[in-house]
Amino acid sequence: MTIALDAPRLVQAQPLLTAQNVSKSYGDVQAVRDVSAEVFPGEVLGIVGESGSGKSTFLRMLNLEETPDTGTYTLDLPEVEGNLFELDRFARRMLCAKRIGIVYQNPHLGLLMNHSSSGNVAERLLVAGERRFTELRERASEALQASEFPLERLDAPPIELSGGMQQRVQLAKAIALEPALLLLDEPTTGLDVSVQALVLDTLKRLQQDRNITMVIVSHDLGVIRTLADRVMVMRRGAVVEAGLADQIFQDPQHAYTQQLVHAKL
Amino acid sequence: MTKVLEVQSLTKGFTMHHLGSTLAAFEQISFDLQAGEFLLLKGQNGAGKSTLLRTLYRSYVAQSGQVIFHSRHGTIDLLRAAEVDISLLRREEIGFVTQFLLARPRVTAEALVAEPLRMAGHSAPDALAEARKWLAEFGVKQSLWRAYPTTFSGGEQQKVNLARALILPQKLLLLDEPTASLDSQARAALVARLAELKAAGTAMIGVFHHPGDVADLIDRVIDLTPETTPDEERNDVVV
Ligand SMILES: Nc1ncnc2c1ncn2[C@@H]1O[C@H](COP(=O)(O)OP(=O)(O)OP(=O)(O)O)[C@@H](O)[C@H]1O
Ligand SMILES: Nc1ncnc2c1ncn2[C@@H]1O[C@H](COP(=O)(O)OP(=O)(O)OP(=O)(O)O)[C@@H](O)[C@H]1O
Ligand SMILES: [Mg+2]
Ligand SMILES: [Mg+2]
Repeated sequence: MTIALDAPRLVQAQPLLTAQNVSKSYGDVQAVRDVSAEVFPGEVLGIVGESGSGKSTFLRMLNLEETPDTGTYTLDLPEVEGNLFELDRFARRMLCAKRIGIVYQNPHLGLLMNHSSSGNVAERLLVAGERRFTELRERASEALQASEFPLERLDAPPIELSGGMQQRVQLAKAIALEPALLLLDEPTTGLDVSVQALVLDTLKRLQQDRNITMVIVSHDLGVIRTLADRVMVMRRGAVVEAGLADQIFQDPQHAYTQQLVHAKL
Repeated sequence: MTKVLEVQSLTKGFTMHHLGSTLAAFEQISFDLQAGEFLLLKGQNGAGKSTLLRTLYRSYVAQSGQVIFHSRHGTIDLLRAAEVDISLLRREEIGFVTQFLLARPRVTAEALVAEPLRMAGHSAPDALAEARKWLAEFGVKQSLWRAYPTTFSGGEQQKVNLARALILPQKLLLLDEPTASLDSQARAALVARLAELKAAGTAMIGVFHHPGDVADLIDRVIDLTPETTPDEERNDVVV
């Protein structure tokens, strides 16, 4: 039994993010099937599921990099209204630059590997319209500091950095503009366990200090357990179960979720 | 008296898909709970005491029944409430004290204890002062207040856990063997705090392996031992 989106409400909280009936196919492959989700301000939604279940595709749609075949997506922000999938390229780019941050598993997707680390963060600020040089420099180093990036390495290009440091640069870029929504696709996969713990720790701290709303995709149930308030389980493009994180881990209902949770315990 | 909780025909079982089997934990449980009332759950190991608490807290999914909770925001069936409301109630009105602390890396003991007050809108200095008071009350050494509980002993972690769980008076408090691994000073502090909360109106449902500690607080007992269990297998609670 999963609780429906129209469950009785005690308080009329407004979700920051509402995605409804989102579907996307690539040729014969139906990557995402009729997925709906709500995320409330300050909440962390975790998405888990086997390889190829559509998690990254769904996240790329939330980052407006990809447009679904059907479905709607709204963010409760003063500057936008209506279905965001209908925005043109320019409006998408502005909205993403200002209000949505993303961290990819592969830093090559999120960073210019040969530019300085501070330059990578400053570039995000530039896209959003910041032109004053001292402001750029200051805000970039602030964001890097908040991501616990060692400031003596500000000028180092990501290519020269360890995986954990590259993720911190991505994170700094993502939070440089106080995003309303932070999307994370396997942010700790491929990192050494000790580095993983540090990145996770940084994320937890950011979430607590800044109350940023997050959607995080990970194969690592430990990561999801540490960060997520609610969890959505995907399989073959569809949501098989969704619920409070402790419920998903302690009393999974669906056969697939039980298999997933027990395999990792 | 003001009603806090109305549990009606609550039934919980576990379906284990890989075994193709189901296990009934309890069936058709009904009871009411008033403000300031203390209900003791008893029953042998595996009788379903922890399961009942977790079902009320919505960590477990019930099969059927109703759990009407009278929140200050209104009345709602906890089994069907939206997750966002459950999260809210867990922050504001329903506490769950377990045997284990969820320590987090790089969060100090005092910050962890102060957190519920911070989330309820208290100022940082006030929350911290109150947190230190409770750490002292439960007997956590002052040298540990600014340390990270991830490395604390089991008993020390449990004291931090209790300080955090009991710092903010709640409407409903669920207690799952909170005295396990506590020394006598901490046990006495716990009982004193529970008495204080009860007097202030907190309704409580608790599981205690040594209910003697809380004997003076108990108003009612529910026995979850199945009716078919022979008398010699019942571990009777001395109240
Ligand atoms: N751009 C694309 N072109 C064609 N097929 C794609 C594209 N993107 C995704 N797919 C397909 O859609 C399905 C879902 O892929 P997706 O990357 O969303 O899975 P995932 O859940 O993130 O998996 P993983 O855990 O392995 O990262 C896969 O079958 C994938 O091959
Ligand atoms: N998440 C779960 N999945 C499957 N079965 C469970 C789960 N949690 C509890 N059970 C089963 O439900 C029954 C009741 O367990 P529960 O932990 O509630 O007992 P208890 O009364 O708290 O026992 P104890 O005194 O040992 O703590 C047991 O048979 C247990 O194995
Ligand atoms: Mg992926
Ligand atoms: Mg138990």
